[in-house]
Amino acid sequence: MPEGNADIIRLNGAEKHFGAVRALGGVDFHVGPGECVGLVGHNGAGKSTLMHMVAGTLVPDSGKIGVHGDTEDNYSVSRAQQLGIRCVFQELSLCPNLSVAENTRINHASLRGLSWRRKAADLIAAKLDEIFPGHSISASDIVGDLSIGRRQMVEVARAFTVTQDRLDLVILDEPTSSLDAHTAGQLLAFVRRFVAGGKSCILISHVLGEVLRNADRIVVMRDGKVVVADAADAFDRDRLVTAMGGAEARQKIAAQIAAAKPTASPLRVRARPAAQKDSTDLVACAGEIIGLAGLAGHGQTDLLLAIFTAASRARAGIEVTAPVALVAGDRQSDGIFPQWSIAENIGIRSLARLRSGVLISPQREAELAALWQKKIGIRTPDMNNNIFSLSGGNQQKALFARALGSDAQIVLMDDPMRGVDIGTKLEVYDLVREEAARGRTFLWYTTETEELDNCDHIYVFKNGRIVANLRRDELTEEKIIQSSFGDAA
Amino acid sequence: MTSVKSLLAKPWIWSFIGALLVWLATIAFTGGYGAGGMVTAALSLAVFTVIVGVGQMFVITLGPGNVDLSLPANIGLASAVAMKVMDGNDSMIAVGLLAALACGAAIGAANYLLIWALRIPPIIATLSASFIIQSIDISYGRGLQIKPPPGFADFANWQILGIPVLAILTVLFTIGAAIALQRMIYGRSVLAIGQNIRAAWLAGVNVGRIRFLTYTLSGALGGIDGALLAGYFRGANVDIGNEYLLASIAVVVIGGTSVAGGKANVPGVWGAALFLVLLLTMLNTFGVSAGVRLLLTGLIIVGVITAAGGQKAPR
Repeated sequence: MPEGNADIIRLNGAEKHFGAVRALGGVDFHVGPGECVGLVGHNGAGKSTLMHMVAGTLVPDSGKIGVHGDTEDNYSVSRAQQLGIRCVFQELSLCPNLSVAENTRINHASLRGLSWRRKAADLIAAKLDEIFPGHSISASDIVGDLSIGRRQMVEVARAFTVTQDRLDLVILDEPTSSLDAHTAGQLLAFVRRFVAGGKSCILISHVLGEVLRNADRIVVMRDGKVVVADAADAFDRDRLVTAMGGAEARQKIAAQIAAAKPTASPLRVRARPAAQKDSTDLVACAGEIIGLAGLAGHGQTDLLLAIFTAASRARAGIEVTAPVALVAGDRQSDGIFPQWSIAENIGIRSLARLRSGVLISPQREAELAALWQKKIGIRTPDMNNNIFSLSGGNQQKALFARALGSDAQIVLMDDPMRGVDIGTKLEVYDLVREEAARGRTFLWYTTETEELDNCDHIYVFKNGRIVANLRRDELTEEKIIQSSFGDAA
Repeated sequence: MTSVKSLLAKPWIWSFIGALLVWLATIAFTGGYGAGGMVTAALSLAVFTVIVGVGQMFVITLGPGNVDLSLPANIGLASAVAMKVMDGNDSMIAVGLLAALACGAAIGAANYLLIWALRIPPIIATLSASFIIQSIDISYGRGLQIKPPPGFADFANWQILGIPVLAILTVLFTIGAAIALQRMIYGRSVLAIGQNIRAAWLAGVNVGRIRFLTYTLSGALGGIDGALLAGYFRGANVDIGNEYLLASIAVVVIGGTSVAGGKANVPGVWGAALFLVLLLTMLNTFGVSAGVRLLLTGLIIVGVITAAGGQKAPR
């Protein structure tokens, strides 16, 4: 490659593991000057991990990073900043208690002296005017008082401001997720101007049309690897969806479940998301496994929590006819009691049944724990050991045991297989199907499309609403992606 | 040998060892004189700290930020209420005790109402409540010392073979509290909430009800404590509960209950209460001045908490 045209950044064979989970498995990725690279893929495909490496916030376990043609051995955030690489992350990074100008100053140490606040204000105001004409944001506004869309505008504009460091590459991770169509159009037009000026962008978006229209080159990721990288005009929507989803034949386990399903079982849950505009309901009957699909954070967990609340206190729009238990996906914050033994962690949902008289019977508690240790295969020498003596997958099994060992006829699962190894997953899938055959109802939110093969019926969520309602024989990965990536807001 | 080891692993054992060491130091100083009397006196006084300490323990176990700072004012008002209702009349003792209990429980329920309805942090809610309670007490009791009925005063000071009857009753009460903590749904729920309030909610614990019960329980125990104190010291007054603000929290912490919540034990409250009372007796015996005595008490409490906090979290 000629020296004058060196890549801004190049990663060769980048790998990253988080515990047993492989987030990136040997990725080659580069961005040249004057190009906009579109990056697409599912939740968990490894896009964010890759971008964290480009921005210097994560160090690869193995692989090489080169910037402007030189190999970087001690690459870091501050080094990336010096070399002209900026990132607008999905989780907004502005300080809510500071003003727009003060937030701008954080990235520009060269704004000094008594009038630094005015200098920062001028800098950010000029950039906002350039990107979003007619934006009506004042540099003295406190960020916490701005709407989420305006905050995102400030965040984006700040990344493009220049003082002493150079600026060559800006990573935009879902930059339009909180913007309306008009401002999103302004931003994308600016990105084109920026790229035409010889600078570069990486554009990550779940709105495939945005990527197809604005990127020069598109990189598709799946399961921690780059599966396709090609010029943008070589793609159309269908090719992109197929590349993301993996059109290869997947084993469908559940043909026999569909066959064995009783036709008219009693209704267990009828629920409508708060943001639903039409009269679509989520309906679950006894013995059914219902999948909640779509991109992460599009209202699936909210609906599960609403159903959970409705089980103890009546709530408009939600009908629940049996006791409910929830299996948390975020074990540490929603599930585990760190001081307690495995047995106590399992028993907490069933205390009323473990009593003899008014006292909790230690013997019954031990029996319940032993039963589920055997049934779900919790690998420990002693169920009285602390819950943290277990591996992550086994902790998750204990949470399943808590829910399945209870009197609950409805089990809500909030993406419970996050970061769980495949062996544990398969064991739990079997158990879930077995329990459903006995009449239990499962509502299963998952970000992993293969898990939906276990479901009888799938509801796809977008922006807090149900946008598609698929029977299992209609289920294809392409369909789910089509609905959840639909451009219609 | 193994039984000694498992005993040493109990978080409450250190408070008893501390109490024993202080007692030994004192009788070494006096040459063995007054050893038995000292124990009797310590038991009589420790009772009052234990009763409010148990209430405070349940509150603190609810998790970070949970504490009942209204106990001193509560004790003061309840002592006045009990004495006024008893009105020096032996036949009204039971009614008076019930009145004190109800008064305390009402204060506890009001505390939780402030915390829940106005979303005020417990530390502020109970502190501001205590100012209101104190004002009520001053206008209600007119700042006068109100005498208990003779029968009640005798009961509060009654001893059998040198053991205060009140202490025996309190031991029975604390056994009940320990069972409630470890073996009843209520106690399990408190421990669950203290470890992770969101996980407790998602595991089906009725978080609001349990927190309400806990603050009400703490208030009720403060109320009964106020009545008993007035009987023991033969008179109610506004300041009677003052020392129980620090003492109730100190016995919980010294006794091995986690300030971070979710981990509690009842025996430690006894050990710590005896330790504090004996410590004061020791310093008095050594003849140190009041200033030095307070200074040393503070330093020793800090030292014990530091040492007790040294144990590693299970993670």
